[in-house]
Amino acid sequence: MSGDWLGPVMFVVAFVLIFSGYPVAFALGGTALGFAALGVQFGYFDWLLLYAMPERIFGVMSNYVLLAVPFFIFMGTMLEKARLAEDLLRTIGKLFGPLRGGLALAVVFVGALLAAATGVVGASVVAMGMISLPVMQRYGYSTELSTGVISASGTLGQIIPPSVVLVVLADQLGISVGDLFIGSLIPGLMLAGLYAAYVVAVAVVKPEAAPPLPLEERDIPLRELMRQVALVMVPPLVLILLVLGSIFAGIATPTEAGALGAVGAMLLAIAHRRLTWKNLEATLDETVKLTSMVVFLLIGSTAFALVFRGLNGDLWIEDLLTNLPGGKIGLLIVANLAIFILGFFIDFFEIAFIIIPLIAPAARLLGIDMVWFGVMVGMNLQTSFLTPPFGFALFYLRGVAPKEIKTEQIYRGALPFIAIQLLGLLLIILFPQLVTGLLD
Amino acid sequence: MKVWLRMARTIDGLNERMGRLAGWLTLAMVLIGAYNAVVRYLGRFFETNLSSNVYIELQWYLFSLVFLLGAAYTFRRGAHVRVDLLYGRLDERGKAWVDLVGTLVMMLPFTIFCLWVSWPSVRNSWAVREVSPDPGGLARYPIKSMILVAFVLLIAQGISELIQRIAVLRGLHTQPSTDDDQGESHQGAAV
Repeated sequence: MSGDWLGPVMFVVAFVLIFSGYPVAFALGGTALGFAALGVQFGYFDWLLLYAMPERIFGVMSNYVLLAVPFFIFMGTMLEKARLAEDLLRTIGKLFGPLRGGLALAVVFVGALLAAATGVVGASVVAMGMISLPVMQRYGYSTELSTGVISASGTLGQIIPPSVVLVVLADQLGISVGDLFIGSLIPGLMLAGLYAAYVVAVAVVKPEAAPPLPLEERDIPLRELMRQVALVMVPPLVLILLVLGSIFAGIATPTEAGALGAVGAMLLAIAHRRLTWKNLEATLDETVKLTSMVVFLLIGSTAFALVFRGLNGDLWIEDLLTNLPGGKIGLLIVANLAIFILGFFIDFFEIAFIIIPLIAPAARLLGIDMVWFGVMVGMNLQTSFLTPPFGFALFYLRGVAPKEIKTEQIYRGALPFIAIQLLGLLLIILFPQLVTGLLD
Repeated sequence: MKVWLRMARTIDGLNERMGRLAGWLTLAMVLIGAYNAVVRYLGRFFETNLSSNVYIELQWYLFSLVFLLGAAYTFRRGAHVRVDLLYGRLDERGKAWVDLVGTLVMMLPFTIFCLWVSWPSVRNSWAVREVSPDPGGLARYPIKSMILVAFVLLIAQGISELIQRIAVLRGLHTQPSTDDDQGESHQGAAV
């Protein structure tokens, strides 16, 4: 009996086991081991292939690109513990508040700025949910608009560089992190711009949904407020300049820029007198846990890929994807749908480590630009994280939103922003220059 | 059962300390990473190479140590990402069952396998006293040995989790070891 069926079955079993809720890294490793044994039984798999495992693990250890991951995690967590998001929201909110739709605009603006400075989605959704949402509720903002703009702006951290997910994605696609950062810059800013345009449109068409705040809410004189705004804008701007500037200017590699950004975040926390022992320990602890999680997920996926390839599963997938009706377009549709739906259940890292290595070879074969492909994947997942009922951003917001706000309202609020996301996706598909323009 | 639980507590204590150690190594990695970046930039400025392979390699040695020593701690804290679509709806006993079976049939076999398959390559590295191919580079065999340490720590933590899950199922032990907030498993998506 031939063992052709082992690859496809392994794929299905891996997903079933992942959905059992057991930590994904070890569910994948266990699946790999089980199917290696089955493959050997059927004389379809060479056990010696598994001796590549230690070399693969060592390859992860000495991977210079992945080294950037803990640096960016450290930077983002440090800024979160230093309560940068809170400062930004309070002051920018006070500045924009008296305008119609101003508070929602402040959320978009701060979301984009935080995304570029930290890339921590959960942190910005939680901060905005706790600080901006109550103010918006108090002054009569429509609940849908408030929750929608908060969850959507929170997901910008995925797509606006520098973000950890882009680092991992570049590593998996075999492209330069710097190129992917440059490629995602305009699409990311474009999305923020589209959010802002939507907010302005709502404020014009339905003024009662986004009323201005009374001027008394500004409890300090304008001059003093401007000084505070300048002060809170300095940290994110310095970091963006330090990290993105040095990468784009070709002065530093993303890994070096990440290390500088991490130290920069510490210095900024010191400058704000918020580098306490407790904050530092919490940041280090979080960095250890997230880094170990990501790396062991990669090790589990590596074991999975090793066995899956040994069982010719990769040929099965490649065959499937390159023979789709419609060629390139067919592949893009299938890849987008698969990633979008998977994004409901499994997060970015699993998709980057398990799914992307399966799709990327087919995409490369069909002559798709890999940087563009990476940006598209990033934007697609960001949409997925915003889509009810499973979107991660909606979960975070539900966690901090008051009980009077119904979950359905959070879902309804996300809808227009999902439409904006789809428009953004369509735009980068129709005008690939949005991604590749800055690269030439 | 008491003896077993005491053993589980000892393992937990060990990995908690490893986690804290990995934390301080993270700080060292950040500082050395920034040092390397600055030195390479200054070197280009003065048109000499100020970088040293020792520090460049030390940087990824520290990175390796962070996750090799931190993995078991991360497991103990329940911070390895899960898909909690179904898991999140289970009660204490249901969760204990998933963890018990998963650890027994997936996690422990996989970590024991990784330990076993890494052994020859580490032994080999010791036998030839493997060093970095780059001038002034560091010895490779100590860091490769840490792969074994990582899997030993993980196996130990797996055993500790088994004991604690069995205790939960027997109604002896109500406090789960995953004492982090529930959002933790989703934090992966957050970065």
